[in-house]
Amino acid sequence: MPTVSMKVNGDTVSGEVEGRTLLVEFLRDTLGLTGTHVGCDTSQCGACVVHVDGKAVKACTALALACEGQSVTTIEGLAKNGALHPMQEAFRENHGLQCGFCTPGMIMSAVDIVKRNGKKVKEATIRAELDGNICRCTGYHNIVKAIQDGASKM
Amino acid sequence: MHDFNYHRPTKAADAQKLIKKHKDGALMSGGMTLVPTMKQRLAAPSDIIDLTGLGNSGVKVLKTKVTVHAGTTHAEVATDKDLKKAIPSLCALAGGIGDPHVRNCGTIGGSIANNDPAADYPAALVALDATVVTSKRKLSADKFFKGMFETALSRDEIVMAVEFPIPDKSGYAKFPNPASRYAMVGVYVADHGKGNVRVAVTGAGAGVFRQKAMEKALSADFSANAVSGIATKADDLNEDIHASAEYRAHLVGVMAKRAVAGAK
Repeated sequence: MPTVSMKVNGDTVSGEVEGRTLLVEFLRDTLGLTGTHVGCDTSQCGACVVHVDGKAVKACTALALACEGQSVTTIEGLAKNGALHPMQEAFRENHGLQCGFCTPGMIMSAVDIVKRNGKKVKEATIRAELDGNICRCTGYHNIVKAIQDGASKM
Repeated sequence: MHDFNYHRPTKAADAQKLIKKHKDGALMSGGMTLVPTMKQRLAAPSDIIDLTGLGNSGVKVLKTKVTVHAGTTHAEVATDKDLKKAIPSLCALAGGIGDPHVRNCGTIGGSIANNDPAADYPAALVALDATVVTSKRKLSADKFFKGMFETALSRDEIVMAVEFPIPDKSGYAKFPNPASRYAMVGVYVADHGKGNVRVAVTGAGAGVFRQKAMEKALSADFSANAVSGIATKADDLNEDIHASAEYRAHLVGVMAKRAVAGAK
């Protein structure tokens, strides 16, 4: 079986995988990082969003071997020294979740949205940029509020 | 998903050798269509030859033409500053494909090689009269796209770049499927000057096609009014749970008007 090595949340990791092993399977099953969720498994819901070399991608549609040598950040990698990332804090403050299943992907997308659109990102931009993240509980309202709040504190 | 051998060559020549050697293999670029297709077991290649290792990406804007390398992602095309000045409609089109995560991976080369009948890029290539540069030859967009999921590419031929002449004005409007963002109908119009206007339609038929009656009318008068009353025949158009053929035919007219009105 081929071996893959990459950086995950700053640590160099490696493991045996198959050609068909998805990045999300490697993260969850091999590394035990179960914060990245699999919702639809068809690249639509965005619960599996992680950052690969700084870009937000759907880990259910990326091959683990294609990430060889790359740097991956998952939801577990956002908090620093026991303090939540400002975006995580904003989701808590604004109650940007109900069941919480989509939340890891929402937060990873949110951080990416702010990185590309700045701290003063407009509500309409956030709503458009959330195209690839589905929440079936909240109606998005508090998620959008949380992202605006988190953006101002990032 | 069935298992496969994974290859990530760094040179185009090596990629070509690999696909020649592995008769049941498949080339993969961003993988945004191929991976989901394999997951559904609609494709089960023995080998995946991942082209992202070639580093063949980037946009180069010259005086009269633009070259977009095949591995350029939709996100890169959407945000390229020089391209925004040269062909803004192409940036807008790329920014409307899928969602942000898909745009970070999906590439122009992968999209056109797949030739999904509802993909956006084929309309851009045909309306802009683009040239596809492959590992073996150059061919016009008109000759490149063949029909549903079919192109002129041979099995071991790799798309390397797309060359776009810079038009005087161009615009793209699509009616996206609200779930997938694929075009139910998308119309790209391009005014190349001297009475040469091209109108390409995606999403409506088995593959991208030119709406020649509209081209003629717009060549005489490049305004939204000029396409009023020009019907598109519903006979060969797609019909599914999202829209009837007649509805799609109607949308061609509406999208053409919007594309012309928004042309820059």
